[in-house]
Amino acid sequence: MADEEQTSEVRTPAGVLNSSRGRELPDGETSRELLRQMALIRRFEEEAGRQYQRAKAGGFLHLAIGEEATIVGTTSVMAPDDYLIGTYRTHGHAIARGTDPKNVMAELFGREDGTARGRGGSMHIFDGDRRFMGGYGIVGGNLPIAAGLALASDYKGTDDVTVCMFGDGASNTGNFGETMNLAALWSLPIVFLVENNLYGMGTAIERHSAVTDLSHKAEGLGVPGERVDGQDVVAIRECVADHLEIARRDRRPTLVEAFTYRYRGHSAADPEVYRDKHEVEEWQRRDPIEIFARRLIEAGTITEDDLASIREQVEAEVLEAVEFADASPEPPLDSLYDNLYVFEKEHEGWYAVDERTPDPFRGEREREAAEDERVRELHEAGAAYGGQSPRSGGGSGEGPAEETDAPADSAQSEEEGEVDAEQAAESRQQGPGGIG
Amino acid sequence: MAAMRMREALNAALREEMERDESVVLMGEDIAVFEGAFKVTQGLMDQFGERRVRDTPISENTIVGTGVGAAMAGLRPVVELMTVNFSLLAFDQIINHAAAIPYMFNGQVRVPLVIRMPGGGGHQLGPTHSHSFEAMFLQIPGLLVACPSTAADGKGLLKAAIRDDNPVIFVEHETLYGIRGEVPDDPDHIVDFGSAAVRREGGDVTIIGILKMAHEAERAAETLASEHGIEAEVIDPRTLRPLDLDTILESVRKTNRVVIVEEGWPHGGVGANLAALIQEQAFDHLDAPIQRVTGADVPMPYSKRLEQSAIPHPEHVVSAVLETMIGAKPRA
Ligand SMILES: Cc1ncc(C[n+]2csc(CCOP(=O)(O)OP(=O)(O)O)c2C)c(N)n1
Ligand SMILES: [Mg+2]
Repeated sequence: MADEEQTSEVRTPAGVLNSSRGRELPDGETSRELLRQMALIRRFEEEAGRQYQRAKAGGFLHLAIGEEATIVGTTSVMAPDDYLIGTYRTHGHAIARGTDPKNVMAELFGREDGTARGRGGSMHIFDGDRRFMGGYGIVGGNLPIAAGLALASDYKGTDDVTVCMFGDGASNTGNFGETMNLAALWSLPIVFLVENNLYGMGTAIERHSAVTDLSHKAEGLGVPGERVDGQDVVAIRECVADHLEIARRDRRPTLVEAFTYRYRGHSAADPEVYRDKHEVEEWQRRDPIEIFARRLIEAGTITEDDLASIREQVEAEVLEAVEFADASPEPPLDSLYDNLYVFEKEHEGWYAVDERTPDPFRGEREREAAEDERVRELHEAGAAYGGQSPRSGGGSGEGPAEETDAPADSAQSEEEGEVDAEQAAESRQQGPGGIG
Repeated sequence: MAAMRMREALNAALREEMERDESVVLMGEDIAVFEGAFKVTQGLMDQFGERRVRDTPISENTIVGTGVGAAMAGLRPVVELMTVNFSLLAFDQIINHAAAIPYMFNGQVRVPLVIRMPGGGGHQLGPTHSHSFEAMFLQIPGLLVACPSTAADGKGLLKAAIRDDNPVIFVEHETLYGIRGEVPDDPDHIVDFGSAAVRREGGDVTIIGILKMAHEAERAAETLASEHGIEAEVIDPRTLRPLDLDTILESVRKTNRVVIVEEGWPHGGVGANLAALIQEQAFDHLDAPIQRVTGADVPMPYSKRLEQSAIPHPEHVVSAVLETMIGAKPRA
């Protein structure tokens, strides 16, 4: 833990942060990798935003631009078998864990090669192979699950630690208090990491949390914490490494509060009426990628040319991911029921009462089989609306009666992409206009 | 009469009731400064101040529970849950408390609470944001359940809900926020709970649809008339509890055929319930099995095509009607 004596003051736009973290740079190779990962996530997120404007990605899109140091600093000190679990803002978390950006982009496109074959979308990324145990759309829903992951590790006698990341807003959920108590009571190996970006959607932290120093929020429940500069990748790294060690060795949970900021709106459709532009600009002056790159150049770890080549490399990787996602096929309609149940043992009985797929479930032998042809045609007829209705967040403005009149939104070219962006903006005005 | 969107009609209902009755207060996540995730509460904080329009932390069960307590002590809270999926976090306060308290305490106390929540699919929000839970709320004794499909009903039903002394689940459909319609200006325009709307008259088949599916039912009826010479009667129950079963049965006695359309899941759904009631009350009047058109029996997938394939469309309704009319398995 931080040594009081050596504490220095870090000025953030949200106030002064006392920290002794992050004084010493990691070795050259590690430093370059931290920079590369942060740059990759930044570029991926920018491109995801662009593809959303072009209606290639749908739903809500939550970008982590500005929060890259917190993500990468954390994952860079995790062991391969440690678990990570997060929120709906976790494209970067998966990528930092090693998931190929191609598969993340394909998930945003809702395609066959996506991390969940287009089932989950942007808010629900998952990569079990890399122990990224998911992004979750329900605020606070991932906290108890983290406790369960850690319970399993503890039960099995492994020394794997679970890192559970969530937002400042999530610290107000019942799940927060209940999970903290249980994790402390059962001595579970967890590092809770709150990505405090000062807002839960459009509500500023002073308006949503009685205690705004979140590092202390779980103390009364048995989980002590530490606040760290979330824009300093080295500080985060050091801090999380210490807390991982506490979980691994001392078998007890702790909380890290990373002070960070998201530059973009809560989701892509957010008009951001709740904060002023200057605040965003002020935070951008402490940009995590920029400050780390400068520091590495000053230290002679990298040159300006190295920086340029990292940027080129991630640019190429992200564009390749877009190309890959675009070429990936749509999931077949008859996969609609895949993985709803595990059918290893055959049970008798009807599982479902739906004809959308000709042979959905075993056990339905009694049901009068519908004509395959008719079922297929109806299924196609429904799916065809997917090529016609305007993209997420925007109905056509007049509800379902106009859906079929709305323009097709598969942008083929750059110009069409711009038109789509306009239509998307217009439909957001008139349609449901959700900003979740 | 004035033409307005559903969103504006709901906003007008809240505004008028707040002007009329000091005890009406609003609570919800991002409803004040942010003016609501779907902008239904736009301008209300400016007009009524933060004492009456309250931003809450992300604490659904506690928000609803606070509404329950405030209602027990004389306020008329209107709580907004950002989407129906988040109402699941508040099921304890909704079912164990709001719904049970009046009964459990033998009528000594009332819970005049309205819980608004938008739901439904079609916006690629995936398996945690896109569902339709009318059937679950319908099952709970003690709750009233409203599900408006037009702007006028939105306003009239919300005002009725606020004035009602029971806890009301008020389900809105995200796709319908932008729908436009004529809405009465009269500040006392109320749509009574338990009164269905007959959207279209016809003698051949009765189609019952709620929320967005009330519109899909009407579109299907137009196709049936123009392409198949079938005249469908389309009924929107508007509230599921109380339910205007009389209007439905009257129609069934005339048409002898029924198709029920909903976006929710088939097992234990709104249609399952209605079909049971209809066959119990009017079995002798049915000439064919009741058909249900529902959402697919899966968590809502994200992919646009998969999602659309999981949601009912007019084609499905037309097909079900043809099946009930001639028992055939026609092509879509
Ligand atoms: C239980 C629940 N309530 C409400 C929401 C809607 N919602 C999505 S994100 C969000 C704000 C969360 O803020 P925070 O925890 O600070 O995370 P951030 O988005 O800032 O990363 C809200 C209210 C939700 N998804 N789940
Ligand atoms: Mg936040």
